[in-house]
Amino acid sequence: MDSEQIIEVRGLTKKFKNIVAVNNLDLNVYRGDVFGFLGPNGAGKSTTIRMLLSLIKPTSGSIKIFGKSIKENREEILRKVGAIVEKPDFYLYLSAYKNLEILGKLSGADTSKKKIMEMLELVGLSKRAGSKVKTYSHGMKQRLGIAQALIHDPELIILDEPTTGLDPQGMKEIRDLILYLSRSKNKTIFLSSHILREVELITSRMIIINNGSAQVEGTVDELLSVDKLSVTFEVDKIENAKMIISESDWRVKLSSSTNRELTFELMKNEIAVLNKFFIERGFSVSAVVPVRSLEDYFLKITEGNGK
Amino acid sequence: MITLISIELQKIFRKWRTYIGFIAIGVLVVIVQVALYFTGEGYIKAITRNFQDSFIMVGNLFNGYLVANLVLTGLYIHIPFLIVLVGGDLLASEATSGTYRMLLTRPVSRFKVVSAKFSAGLIYVFLLLAWLAFLSLGVSCLIFGTGELVSFRGKLIIFSANDILWRFAGAYGYSMLSMFTVFAVSYFFSSMVENAIGPIVSTMAVIIIFLILSALPIDFLKDVSPYFFTSHMTQWDGFFHDPVDYTNIIESALVLGGHIVGLYLITSYIFLKKDILS
Repeated sequence: MDSEQIIEVRGLTKKFKNIVAVNNLDLNVYRGDVFGFLGPNGAGKSTTIRMLLSLIKPTSGSIKIFGKSIKENREEILRKVGAIVEKPDFYLYLSAYKNLEILGKLSGADTSKKKIMEMLELVGLSKRAGSKVKTYSHGMKQRLGIAQALIHDPELIILDEPTTGLDPQGMKEIRDLILYLSRSKNKTIFLSSHILREVELITSRMIIINNGSAQVEGTVDELLSVDKLSVTFEVDKIENAKMIISESDWRVKLSSSTNRELTFELMKNEIAVLNKFFIERGFSVSAVVPVRSLEDYFLKITEGNGK
Repeated sequence: MITLISIELQKIFRKWRTYIGFIAIGVLVVIVQVALYFTGEGYIKAITRNFQDSFIMVGNLFNGYLVANLVLTGLYIHIPFLIVLVGGDLLASEATSGTYRMLLTRPVSRFKVVSAKFSAGLIYVFLLLAWLAFLSLGVSCLIFGTGELVSFRGKLIIFSANDILWRFAGAYGYSMLSMFTVFAVSYFFSSMVENAIGPIVSTMAVIIIFLILSALPIDFLKDVSPYFFTSHMTQWDGFFHDPVDYTNIIESALVLGGHIVGLYLITSYIFLKKDILS
Protein backbone atom coordinates (compact mmCIF):
# COMPACT_ATOMS: atom_id res chain seq x y z
CA MET A 1 0.00 0.00 0.00
CA ASP A 2 1.21 3.49 -0.86
CA SER A 3 1.51 5.66 2.24
CA GLU A 4 0.27 8.90 0.64
CA GLN A 5 -2.53 10.19 2.80
CA ILE A 6 -5.65 10.93 0.80
CA ILE A 7 -8.03 11.85 3.61
CA GLU A 8 -6.83 13.30 6.89
CA VAL A 9 -9.48 14.28 9.41
CA ARG A 10 -8.60 15.70 12.80
CA GLY A 11 -10.93 16.45 15.68
CA LEU A 12 -13.96 16.69 13.44
CA THR A 13 -17.08 17.73 15.31
CA LYS A 14 -20.54 18.67 14.13
CA LYS A 15 -23.27 19.89 16.42
CA PHE A 16 -26.87 20.54 15.42
CA LYS A 17 -28.05 22.77 18.27
CA ASN A 18 -27.69 20.46 21.28
CA ILE A 19 -27.17 17.27 19.31
CA VAL A 20 -23.60 16.15 18.71
CA ALA A 21 -23.73 14.24 15.43
CA VAL A 22 -19.97 13.80 15.06
CA ASN A 23 -17.66 14.08 18.02
CA ASN A 24 -13.91 14.71 17.75
CA LEU A 25 -13.40 12.23 14.94
CA ASP A 26 -10.00 11.40 13.46
CA LEU A 27 -9.67 9.56 10.14
CA ASN A 28 -6.78 8.46 7.97
CA VAL A 29 -7.29 7.09 4.48
CA TYR A 30 -4.30 6.24 2.31
CA ARG A 31 -3.93 5.97 -1.46
CA GLY A 32 -5.19 2.62 -2.71
CA ASP A 33 -7.21 1.93 0.43
CA VAL A 34 -10.66 0.51 0.28
CA PHE A 35 -11.58 2.10 3.57
CA GLY A 36 -14.62 0.86 5.46
CA PHE A 37 -16.55 3.43 7.46
CA LEU A 38 -18.77 1.30 9.60
CA GLY A 39 -21.45 2.20 12.07
CA PRO A 40 -25.10 1.64 12.88
CA ASN A 41 -27.77 3.90 11.48
CA GLY A 42 -27.52 7.32 13.10
CA ALA A 43 -23.88 6.85 14.11
CA GLY A 44 -22.78 9.96 12.20
CA LYS A 45 -21.54 8.36 8.98
CA SER A 46 -23.53 10.47 6.55
CA THR A 47 -22.86 13.65 8.49
CA THR A 48 -19.14 12.91 8.29
CA ILE A 49 -19.38 12.23 4.56
CA ARG A 50 -21.31 15.45 4.02
CA MET A 51 -18.53 17.32 5.80
CA LEU A 52 -15.89 15.56 3.69
CA LEU A 53 -17.73 16.77 0.61
CA SER A 54 -18.31 20.26 1.94
CA LEU A 55 -22.09 19.87 1.94
CA ILE A 56 -22.20 20.85 5.58
CA LYS A 57 -19.74 22.85 7.61
CA PRO A 58 -18.00 21.32 10.62
CA THR A 59 -18.49 22.93 14.00
CA SER A 60 -14.79 22.34 14.63
CA GLY A 61 -11.91 20.24 13.38
CA SER A 62 -10.09 20.01 10.09
CA ILE A 63 -10.47 18.02 6.88
CA LYS A 64 -7.67 17.60 4.40
CA ILE A 65 -8.14 15.71 1.17
CA PHE A 66 -5.18 15.18 -1.14
CA GLY A 67 -3.19 17.14 1.46
CA LYS A 68 -5.31 20.28 1.10
CA SER A 69 -8.00 21.76 3.28
CA ILE A 70 -11.48 21.21 1.84
CA LYS A 71 -12.49 24.59 3.23
CA GLU A 72 -10.03 26.53 1.10
CA ASN A 73 -9.67 24.19 -1.87
CA ARG A 74 -13.18 22.82 -2.32
CA GLU A 75 -13.38 22.96 -6.11
CA GLU A 76 -9.86 21.67 -6.73
CA ILE A 77 -10.52 18.71 -4.42
CA LEU A 78 -14.01 17.90 -5.71
CA ARG A 79 -12.60 17.68 -9.23
CA LYS A 80 -10.85 14.51 -8.09
CA VAL A 81 -13.67 13.10 -5.97
CA GLY A 82 -16.72 11.10 -7.00
CA ALA A 83 -19.45 10.44 -4.47
CA ILE A 84 -22.77 8.97 -3.61
CA VAL A 85 -24.27 10.58 -0.53
CA GLU A 86 -27.03 8.44 0.96
CA LYS A 87 -29.46 7.33 -1.73
CA PRO A 88 -28.63 8.74 -5.14
CA ASP A 89 -31.32 11.18 -6.25
CA PHE A 90 -31.55 12.42 -9.80
CA TYR A 91 -33.63 14.73 -11.94
CA LEU A 92 -36.49 12.30 -12.33
CA TYR A 93 -37.94 14.11 -15.34
CA LEU A 94 -34.69 13.63 -17.28
CA SER A 95 -33.27 10.47 -18.80
CA ALA A 96 -30.32 8.64 -17.28
CA TYR A 97 -28.25 9.82 -20.25
CA LYS A 98 -29.20 13.46 -19.70
CA ASN A 99 -28.58 13.23 -15.96
CA LEU A 100 -25.10 11.87 -16.57
CA GLU A 101 -24.43 14.48 -19.23
CA ILE A 102 -25.40 17.32 -16.86
CA LEU A 103 -23.47 15.96 -13.89
CA GLY A 104 -20.51 15.17 -16.11
CA LYS A 105 -20.43 18.69 -17.52
CA LEU A 106 -20.49 20.13 -14.01
CA SER A 107 -17.50 17.95 -13.15
CA GLY A 108 -15.60 18.95 -16.25
CA ALA A 109 -15.76 15.39 -17.58
CA ASP A 110 -15.74 14.18 -21.16
CA THR A 111 -19.48 14.10 -21.92
CA SER A 112 -19.28 12.68 -25.41
CA LYS A 113 -21.95 10.13 -26.26
CA LYS A 114 -19.28 7.42 -26.32
CA LYS A 115 -18.10 8.22 -22.79
CA ILE A 116 -21.59 8.45 -21.30
CA MET A 117 -22.67 5.19 -22.92
CA GLU A 118 -19.46 3.59 -21.65
CA MET A 119 -20.36 4.56 -18.09
CA LEU A 120 -23.91 3.34 -18.50
CA GLU A 121 -22.56 0.10 -19.95
CA LEU A 122 -20.26 -0.29 -16.94
CA VAL A 123 -23.23 -0.23 -14.56
CA GLY A 124 -25.50 -2.22 -16.86
CA LEU A 125 -27.90 0.56 -17.79
CA SER A 126 -27.00 1.23 -21.42
CA LYS A 127 -30.25 -0.31 -22.70
CA ARG A 128 -32.28 2.10 -20.57
CA ALA A 129 -30.13 5.16 -21.28
CA GLY A 130 -33.03 7.10 -22.81
CA SER A 131 -35.61 6.25 -20.15
CA LYS A 132 -36.58 8.90 -17.64
CA VAL A 133 -35.10 8.18 -14.23
CA LYS A 134 -38.58 8.26 -12.68
CA THR A 135 -39.18 4.89 -14.38
CA TYR A 136 -36.08 3.37 -12.75
CA SER A 137 -36.16 0.92 -9.88
CA HIS A 138 -34.21 1.66 -6.71
CA GLY A 139 -31.46 -0.71 -7.79
CA MET A 140 -31.14 1.00 -11.16
CA LYS A 141 -30.90 4.41 -9.49
CA GLN A 142 -28.23 3.02 -7.20
CA ARG A 143 -26.22 1.84 -10.22
CA LEU A 144 -26.75 5.16 -11.96
CA GLY A 145 -25.41 6.72 -8.75
CA ILE A 146 -22.20 4.75 -9.20
CA ALA A 147 -21.99 5.90 -12.82
CA GLN A 148 -22.34 9.58 -11.88
CA ALA A 149 -19.66 9.15 -9.23
CA LEU A 150 -17.28 7.75 -11.84
CA ILE A 151 -18.11 9.92 -14.85
CA HIS A 152 -15.14 12.26 -14.31
CA ASP A 153 -12.68 9.47 -13.50
CA PRO A 154 -12.04 10.57 -9.90
CA GLU A 155 -9.09 9.42 -7.81
CA LEU A 156 -11.14 9.16 -4.63
CA ILE A 157 -14.59 7.60 -4.58
CA ILE A 158 -16.82 8.13 -1.56
CA LEU A 159 -19.73 5.75 -1.38
CA ASP A 160 -22.35 6.13 1.31
CA GLU A 161 -24.25 2.87 1.75
CA PRO A 162 -24.10 2.01 -1.96
CA THR A 163 -25.85 -1.35 -1.60
CA THR A 164 -28.82 -0.14 0.43
CA GLY A 165 -32.04 -1.54 -0.96
CA LEU A 166 -30.37 -3.83 -3.46
CA ASP A 167 -31.15 -7.51 -3.82
CA PRO A 168 -28.30 -9.98 -3.10
CA GLN A 169 -27.33 -10.14 -6.76
CA GLY A 170 -27.27 -6.33 -6.99
CA MET A 171 -25.18 -6.12 -3.82
CA LYS A 172 -22.68 -8.57 -5.26
CA GLU A 173 -22.47 -6.59 -8.50
CA ILE A 174 -21.72 -3.39 -6.60
CA ARG A 175 -19.11 -5.16 -4.45
CA ASP A 176 -17.46 -6.59 -7.56
CA LEU A 177 -17.46 -3.16 -9.17
CA ILE A 178 -15.82 -1.60 -6.11
CA LEU A 179 -13.15 -4.30 -6.08
CA TYR A 180 -12.60 -3.80 -9.81
CA LEU A 181 -12.19 -0.04 -9.32
CA SER A 182 -9.76 -0.59 -6.50
CA ARG A 183 -7.66 -3.33 -8.05
CA SER A 184 -7.77 -2.54 -11.76
CA LYS A 185 -8.19 1.23 -11.71
CA ASN A 186 -6.21 1.90 -8.53
CA LYS A 187 -8.92 4.12 -7.05
CA THR A 188 -9.03 4.99 -3.38
CA ILE A 189 -12.43 4.10 -2.02
CA PHE A 190 -14.16 5.33 1.11
CA LEU A 191 -17.09 3.02 1.75
CA SER A 192 -19.66 3.76 4.40
CA SER A 193 -21.88 0.94 5.50
CA HIS A 194 -23.84 -0.40 8.44
CA ILE A 195 -23.28 -3.97 7.27
CA LEU A 196 -20.16 -5.51 8.78
CA ARG A 197 -20.16 -8.40 6.32
CA GLU A 198 -20.11 -6.01 3.38
CA VAL A 199 -17.19 -4.04 4.78
CA GLU A 200 -15.35 -7.22 5.62
CA LEU A 201 -15.67 -8.53 2.07
CA ILE A 202 -14.40 -5.42 0.34
CA THR A 203 -12.27 -3.20 2.53
CA SER A 204 -8.63 -3.28 3.53
CA ARG A 205 -8.89 -0.91 6.51
CA MET A 206 -11.83 0.27 8.52
CA ILE A 207 -13.12 2.31 11.38
CA ILE A 208 -16.24 1.75 13.44
CA ILE A 209 -18.07 4.79 14.71
CA ASN A 210 -20.96 5.06 17.07
CA ASN A 211 -22.68 8.14 18.50
CA GLY A 212 -20.36 10.22 16.34
CA SER A 213 -17.14 8.89 17.86
CA ALA A 214 -14.58 6.41 16.60
CA GLN A 215 -14.74 3.13 18.48
CA VAL A 216 -12.04 1.05 16.79
CA GLU A 217 -9.81 1.52 13.76
CA GLY A 218 -7.34 -0.70 11.97
CA THR A 219 -6.87 -3.19 9.20
CA VAL A 220 -9.70 -5.59 8.60
CA ASP A 221 -7.41 -8.54 9.36
CA GLU A 222 -6.49 -7.09 12.72
CA LEU A 223 -9.99 -6.13 13.69
CA LEU A 224 -11.70 -9.25 12.48
CA SER A 225 -9.00 -11.60 13.68
CA VAL A 226 -10.48 -15.08 13.89
CA ASP A 227 -8.14 -15.89 16.78
CA LYS A 228 -10.23 -13.84 19.19
CA LEU A 229 -13.64 -15.34 19.43
CA SER A 230 -16.68 -15.11 21.56
CA VAL A 231 -17.89 -18.74 21.70
CA THR A 232 -21.24 -19.88 22.98
CA PHE A 233 -21.63 -23.46 24.23
CA GLU A 234 -25.05 -25.01 24.53
CA VAL A 235 -24.82 -27.80 27.11
CA ASP A 236 -27.27 -29.86 29.07
CA LYS A 237 -27.38 -29.76 32.88
CA ILE A 238 -26.51 -26.08 32.70
CA GLU A 239 -26.42 -25.41 36.46
CA ASN A 240 -23.93 -28.23 36.98
CA ALA A 241 -21.88 -26.94 34.06
CA LYS A 242 -21.78 -23.45 35.59
CA MET A 243 -20.60 -24.89 38.90
CA ILE A 244 -17.85 -26.95 37.31
CA ILE A 245 -16.67 -24.00 35.23
CA SER A 246 -16.60 -21.77 38.32
CA GLU A 247 -14.28 -24.26 40.02
CA SER A 248 -11.97 -24.58 37.01
CA ASP A 249 -9.47 -22.28 35.28
CA TRP A 250 -12.07 -21.69 32.52
CA ARG A 251 -13.94 -19.34 34.84
CA VAL A 252 -11.71 -16.44 33.79
CA LYS A 253 -12.73 -16.99 30.19
CA LEU A 254 -16.48 -17.09 30.91
CA SER A 255 -18.04 -13.84 29.78
CA SER A 256 -21.73 -14.56 30.25
CA SER A 257 -24.23 -17.28 30.94
CA THR A 258 -27.93 -17.93 30.62
CA ASN A 259 -30.08 -20.86 31.63
CA ARG A 260 -29.34 -22.50 28.27
CA GLU A 261 -25.79 -21.53 27.31
CA LEU A 262 -22.38 -20.35 28.41
CA THR A 263 -20.32 -17.80 26.47
CA PHE A 264 -16.53 -17.69 26.66
CA GLU A 265 -13.87 -15.41 25.23
CA LEU A 266 -11.48 -17.92 23.69
CA MET A 267 -8.53 -18.25 21.39
CA LYS A 268 -9.32 -20.39 18.38
CA ASN A 269 -7.32 -23.38 19.61
CA GLU A 270 -9.09 -23.37 22.98
CA ILE A 271 -12.49 -24.24 21.53
CA ALA A 272 -11.75 -27.94 21.08
CA VAL A 273 -10.09 -28.13 24.49
CA LEU A 274 -13.11 -26.69 26.25
CA ASN A 275 -15.43 -28.91 24.26
CA LYS A 276 -13.42 -31.94 25.39
CA PHE A 277 -13.54 -30.59 28.96
CA PHE A 278 -17.34 -30.67 28.93
CA ILE A 279 -17.59 -34.08 27.28
CA GLU A 280 -15.08 -35.70 29.65
CA ARG A 281 -17.25 -34.53 32.55
CA GLY A 282 -20.36 -36.13 31.12
CA PHE A 283 -22.04 -33.10 29.59
CA SER A 284 -23.67 -33.25 26.22
CA VAL A 285 -22.66 -30.30 24.02
CA SER A 286 -25.45 -29.61 21.51
CA ALA A 287 -23.94 -26.51 19.84
CA VAL A 288 -20.75 -24.50 19.69
CA VAL A 289 -21.32 -21.07 18.13
CA PRO A 290 -18.27 -18.91 17.56
CA VAL A 291 -18.82 -15.18 17.09
CA ARG A 292 -15.89 -12.92 16.36
CA SER A 293 -15.52 -10.39 19.11
CA LEU A 294 -15.79 -7.39 16.79
CA GLU A 295 -18.89 -8.78 15.17
CA ASP A 296 -20.37 -9.34 18.60
CA TYR A 297 -19.43 -5.83 19.61
CA PHE A 298 -20.83 -4.38 16.41
CA LEU A 299 -24.07 -6.30 16.78
CA LYS A 300 -24.41 -5.00 20.31
CA ILE A 301 -24.03 -1.37 19.32
CA THR A 302 -26.26 -1.87 16.30
CA GLU A 303 -28.98 -3.48 18.37
CA GLY A 304 -28.51 -0.85 21.04
CA ASN A 305 -29.27 1.84 18.50
CA GLY A 306 -32.14 -0.05 17.07
CA LYS A 307 -34.00 -0.08 20.33
CA MET B 1 -20.95 30.12 -16.20
CA ILE B 2 -22.60 29.82 -19.61
CA THR B 3 -22.56 26.02 -19.28
CA LEU B 4 -24.17 26.31 -15.86
CA ILE B 5 -26.89 28.66 -17.10
CA SER B 6 -27.52 26.40 -20.07
CA ILE B 7 -27.89 23.41 -17.73
CA GLU B 8 -30.31 25.33 -15.54
CA LEU B 9 -32.35 26.37 -18.56
CA GLN B 10 -32.52 22.76 -19.68
CA LYS B 11 -33.81 21.80 -16.26
CA ILE B 12 -36.41 24.58 -16.30
CA PHE B 13 -37.67 23.85 -19.78
CA ARG B 14 -37.87 20.09 -19.32
CA LYS B 15 -40.39 20.55 -16.53
CA TRP B 16 -44.07 20.58 -17.31
CA ARG B 17 -44.83 23.37 -14.83
CA THR B 18 -42.65 25.75 -16.84
CA TYR B 19 -45.15 25.67 -19.68
CA ILE B 20 -48.15 26.39 -17.47
CA GLY B 21 -47.29 30.10 -17.64
CA PHE B 22 -46.93 30.12 -21.42
CA ILE B 23 -50.14 28.14 -21.90
CA ALA B 24 -52.07 30.29 -19.42
CA ILE B 25 -50.99 33.52 -21.12
CA GLY B 26 -51.70 32.00 -24.53
CA VAL B 27 -55.21 30.96 -23.53
CA LEU B 28 -56.04 34.22 -21.71
CA VAL B 29 -54.79 36.50 -24.46
CA VAL B 30 -56.67 34.55 -27.11
CA ILE B 31 -59.87 34.69 -25.03
CA VAL B 32 -59.48 38.46 -24.59
CA GLN B 33 -58.79 38.88 -28.31
CA VAL B 34 -61.81 36.84 -29.31
CA ALA B 35 -64.03 38.69 -26.85
CA LEU B 36 -62.80 42.06 -28.08
CA TYR B 37 -63.11 40.98 -31.69
CA PHE B 38 -66.85 40.65 -31.18
CA THR B 39 -67.50 43.36 -28.60
CA GLY B 40 -64.57 45.76 -28.90
CA GLU B 41 -66.49 48.53 -30.67
CA GLY B 42 -68.73 48.77 -27.61
CA TYR B 43 -65.69 49.36 -25.44
CA ILE B 44 -64.53 52.25 -27.63
CA LYS B 45 -68.01 53.77 -27.49
CA ALA B 46 -68.05 53.42 -23.72
CA ILE B 47 -64.77 55.22 -23.06
CA THR B 48 -65.45 57.96 -25.63
CA ARG B 49 -69.09 58.40 -24.64
CA ASN B 50 -68.57 61.80 -23.02
CA PHE B 51 -66.69 63.16 -26.03
CA GLN B 52 -68.79 61.89 -28.90
CA ASP B 53 -70.95 65.00 -28.98
CA SER B 54 -67.93 67.32 -29.12
CA PHE B 55 -65.55 65.36 -31.38
CA ILE B 56 -65.73 63.39 -34.56
CA MET B 57 -63.75 60.17 -34.14
CA VAL B 58 -62.05 59.10 -37.35
CA GLY B 59 -59.63 56.31 -38.18
CA ASN B 60 -59.21 52.90 -36.58
CA LEU B 61 -59.41 53.44 -32.82
CA PHE B 62 -60.22 49.83 -32.11
CA ASN B 63 -56.90 48.27 -33.10
CA GLY B 64 -54.08 46.00 -31.95
CA TYR B 65 -52.52 48.68 -29.76
CA LEU B 66 -55.71 49.11 -27.76
CA VAL B 67 -56.05 45.36 -27.34
CA ALA B 68 -52.39 45.07 -26.21
CA ASN B 69 -52.91 47.88 -23.72
CA LEU B 70 -56.03 46.26 -22.30
CA VAL B 71 -54.34 42.86 -22.07
CA LEU B 72 -51.34 44.35 -20.27
CA THR B 73 -53.61 46.10 -17.79
CA GLY B 74 -55.73 43.01 -17.26
CA LEU B 75 -53.11 40.32 -17.03
CA TYR B 76 -50.38 42.25 -15.34
CA ILE B 77 -51.50 41.50 -11.83
CA HIS B 78 -51.90 37.78 -12.57
CA ILE B 79 -48.54 37.14 -14.18
CA PRO B 80 -46.74 36.97 -10.80
CA PHE B 81 -48.70 33.78 -10.08
CA LEU B 82 -47.13 32.22 -13.16
CA ILE B 83 -43.65 33.46 -12.36
CA VAL B 84 -43.53 32.14 -8.80
CA LEU B 85 -44.40 28.67 -10.08
CA VAL B 86 -40.90 28.53 -11.52
CA GLY B 87 -39.06 30.95 -9.24
CA GLY B 88 -40.23 29.27 -6.07
CA ASP B 89 -39.25 25.89 -7.43
CA LEU B 90 -35.71 26.64 -8.58
CA LEU B 91 -33.80 26.04 -5.35
CA ALA B 92 -36.43 24.33 -3.22
CA SER B 93 -37.03 21.54 -5.74
CA GLU B 94 -33.36 20.57 -5.60
CA ALA B 95 -33.74 20.20 -1.85
CA THR B 96 -37.01 18.28 -2.17
CA SER B 97 -35.67 15.85 -4.72
CA GLY B 98 -32.31 15.44 -2.98
CA THR B 99 -30.39 16.55 -6.06
CA TYR B 100 -28.54 19.22 -4.06
CA ARG B 101 -26.27 16.38 -3.00
CA MET B 102 -25.40 15.59 -6.60
CA LEU B 103 -25.16 19.21 -7.66
CA LEU B 104 -23.07 20.55 -4.81
CA THR B 105 -20.52 17.75 -4.74
CA ARG B 106 -19.36 18.94 -8.18
CA PRO B 107 -16.34 21.21 -8.57
CA VAL B 108 -18.45 24.31 -9.05
CA SER B 109 -18.69 27.11 -6.51
CA ARG B 110 -21.98 27.56 -4.74
CA PHE B 111 -22.02 31.19 -5.77
CA LYS B 112 -21.87 30.17 -9.42
CA VAL B 113 -24.69 27.65 -8.88
CA VAL B 114 -26.96 30.19 -7.20
CA SER B 115 -26.08 32.83 -9.81
CA ALA B 116 -26.69 30.46 -12.73
CA LYS B 117 -30.08 29.52 -11.34
CA PHE B 118 -30.94 33.17 -10.80
CA SER B 119 -29.89 34.06 -14.34
CA ALA B 120 -31.86 31.15 -15.79
CA GLY B 121 -34.89 32.32 -13.82
CA LEU B 122 -34.54 35.84 -15.21
CA ILE B 123 -34.36 34.38 -18.73
CA TYR B 124 -37.56 32.46 -18.06
CA VAL B 125 -39.29 35.66 -16.90
CA PHE B 126 -37.97 37.49 -19.96
CA LEU B 127 -39.32 34.79 -22.28
CA LEU B 128 -42.69 34.79 -20.52
CA LEU B 129 -43.02 38.56 -20.92
CA ALA B 130 -41.77 38.36 -24.51
CA TRP B 131 -44.47 35.76 -25.16
CA LEU B 132 -47.05 38.10 -23.62
CA ALA B 133 -45.77 40.96 -25.79
CA PHE B 134 -45.77 38.82 -28.92
CA LEU B 135 -49.34 37.61 -28.40
CA SER B 136 -50.89 40.77 -27.05
CA LEU B 137 -49.14 43.27 -29.29
CA GLY B 138 -47.80 41.35 -32.29
CA VAL B 139 -50.73 39.02 -32.89
CA SER B 140 -53.30 41.67 -31.96
CA CYS B 141 -51.85 44.09 -34.52
CA LEU B 142 -52.08 41.32 -37.12
CA ILE B 143 -55.72 40.64 -36.26
CA PHE B 144 -56.99 44.13 -35.50
CA GLY B 145 -54.56 46.28 -37.45
CA THR B 146 -52.84 49.42 -36.15
CA GLY B 147 -53.90 53.00 -35.62
CA GLU B 148 -54.13 55.55 -32.83
CA LEU B 149 -54.17 54.43 -29.22
CA VAL B 150 -57.00 55.62 -27.05
CA SER B 151 -55.90 55.70 -23.45
CA PHE B 152 -58.03 56.71 -20.49
CA ARG B 153 -55.84 57.63 -17.52
CA GLY B 154 -58.10 60.02 -15.62
CA LYS B 155 -58.39 61.90 -18.87
CA LEU B 156 -58.77 60.69 -22.42
CA ILE B 157 -55.48 60.64 -24.32
CA ILE B 158 -55.16 59.68 -27.96
CA PHE B 159 -51.65 58.79 -29.08
CA SER B 160 -50.86 59.01 -32.77
CA ALA B 161 -49.82 55.77 -34.47
CA ASN B 162 -46.17 56.80 -34.75
CA ASP B 163 -46.00 57.68 -31.04
CA ILE B 164 -47.01 54.30 -29.65
CA LEU B 165 -44.44 51.54 -30.19
CA TRP B 166 -41.76 53.13 -28.02
CA ARG B 167 -44.33 53.47 -25.24
CA PHE B 168 -45.06 49.76 -25.45
CA ALA B 169 -41.33 49.02 -25.48
CA GLY B 170 -40.95 51.08 -22.30
CA ALA B 171 -44.01 49.49 -20.70
CA TYR B 172 -42.90 45.94 -21.47
CA GLY B 173 -39.36 46.75 -20.34
CA TYR B 174 -40.63 48.15 -17.06
CA SER B 175 -43.01 45.20 -16.64
CA MET B 176 -40.03 42.94 -17.00
CA LEU B 177 -38.28 44.74 -14.17
CA SER B 178 -41.38 44.35 -12.00
CA MET B 179 -41.64 40.67 -12.76
CA PHE B 180 -37.91 40.21 -12.12
CA THR B 181 -38.64 41.58 -8.65
CA VAL B 182 -41.42 39.08 -8.11
CA PHE B 183 -39.08 36.36 -9.29
CA ALA B 184 -36.35 37.56 -6.91
CA VAL B 185 -38.77 37.42 -3.97
CA SER B 186 -39.81 33.86 -4.81
CA TYR B 187 -36.18 32.86 -5.36
CA PHE B 188 -35.29 34.27 -1.96
CA PHE B 189 -38.02 32.22 -0.28
CA SER B 190 -36.96 29.21 -2.34
CA SER B 191 -33.49 29.29 -0.75
CA MET B 192 -34.90 29.00 2.74
CA VAL B 193 -37.16 25.97 2.50
CA GLU B 194 -37.13 22.45 1.16
CA ASN B 195 -40.36 22.32 -0.81
CA ALA B 196 -41.63 24.52 -3.61
CA ILE B 197 -45.09 25.17 -2.19
CA GLY B 198 -43.76 27.38 0.61
CA PRO B 199 -42.03 29.92 -1.65
CA ILE B 200 -45.00 30.07 -4.04
CA VAL B 201 -47.50 30.72 -1.25
CA SER B 202 -45.15 33.06 0.63
CA THR B 203 -44.43 35.24 -2.40
CA MET B 204 -48.07 35.57 -3.31
CA ALA B 205 -48.93 36.27 0.33
CA VAL B 206 -46.34 39.07 0.45
CA ILE B 207 -47.67 40.61 -2.77
CA ILE B 208 -51.29 40.39 -1.65
CA ILE B 209 -50.54 41.75 1.83
CA PHE B 210 -48.56 44.69 0.42
CA LEU B 211 -51.31 45.45 -2.09
CA ILE B 212 -53.99 45.36 0.61
CA LEU B 213 -51.95 47.52 2.96
CA SER B 214 -51.31 50.04 0.17
CA ALA B 215 -55.02 50.24 -0.57
CA LEU B 216 -56.17 50.88 3.00
CA PRO B 217 -57.01 54.54 3.71
CA ILE B 218 -54.84 54.79 6.82
CA ASP B 219 -52.29 57.60 7.09
CA PHE B 220 -49.51 55.47 8.51
CA LEU B 221 -49.91 52.88 5.74
CA LYS B 222 -49.97 55.59 3.12
CA ASP B 223 -46.66 56.83 4.49
CA VAL B 224 -44.98 53.43 4.37
CA SER B 225 -46.52 52.11 1.15
CA PRO B 226 -43.86 53.80 -1.06
CA TYR B 227 -41.40 51.38 0.54
CA PHE B 228 -43.36 48.35 -0.65
CA PHE B 229 -42.05 47.03 -3.95
CA THR B 230 -45.62 46.40 -5.02
CA SER B 231 -46.24 50.15 -5.03
CA HIS B 232 -43.66 50.51 -7.80
CA MET B 233 -44.70 47.57 -9.93
CA THR B 234 -47.41 49.42 -11.82
CA GLN B 235 -45.25 52.32 -13.04
CA TRP B 236 -45.21 50.78 -16.52
CA ASP B 237 -48.49 52.60 -16.88
CA GLY B 238 -46.54 55.88 -16.79
CA PHE B 239 -45.49 55.32 -20.41
CA PHE B 240 -49.13 55.84 -21.42
CA HIS B 241 -49.37 59.21 -19.78
CA ASP B 242 -48.71 62.45 -21.56
CA PRO B 243 -46.22 63.80 -20.75
CA VAL B 244 -44.35 60.79 -19.38
CA ASP B 245 -43.15 61.42 -15.82
CA TYR B 246 -39.64 60.00 -16.18
CA THR B 247 -38.61 61.02 -12.66
CA ASN B 248 -41.29 58.81 -11.16
CA ILE B 249 -40.51 55.95 -13.50
CA ILE B 250 -36.76 56.10 -12.85
CA GLU B 251 -37.24 56.32 -9.08
CA SER B 252 -39.53 53.32 -9.09
CA ALA B 253 -37.20 51.41 -11.39
CA LEU B 254 -34.34 52.07 -8.99
CA VAL B 255 -36.42 50.80 -6.06
CA LEU B 256 -37.24 47.62 -7.97
CA GLY B 257 -33.64 47.23 -9.12
CA GLY B 258 -32.49 47.65 -5.53
CA HIS B 259 -34.91 44.92 -4.44
CA ILE B 260 -33.64 42.57 -7.15
CA VAL B 261 -29.96 43.09 -6.30
CA GLY B 262 -30.62 43.01 -2.55
CA LEU B 263 -32.67 39.83 -2.70
CA TYR B 264 -30.13 38.17 -4.99
CA LEU B 265 -27.28 38.98 -2.57
CA ILE B 266 -29.24 37.79 0.48
CA THR B 267 -30.25 34.59 -1.32
CA SER B 268 -26.64 33.98 -2.34
CA TYR B 269 -25.48 34.51 1.24
CA ILE B 270 -28.09 32.07 2.58
CA PHE B 271 -27.16 29.52 -0.08
CA LEU B 272 -23.43 29.82 0.61
CA LYS B 273 -23.95 29.28 4.32
CA LYS B 274 -26.55 26.54 3.97
CA ASP B 275 -25.90 23.07 5.35
CA ILE B 276 -27.20 20.55 2.82
CA LEU B 277 -29.16 18.16 5.00
CA SER B 278 -31.78 17.03 2.50
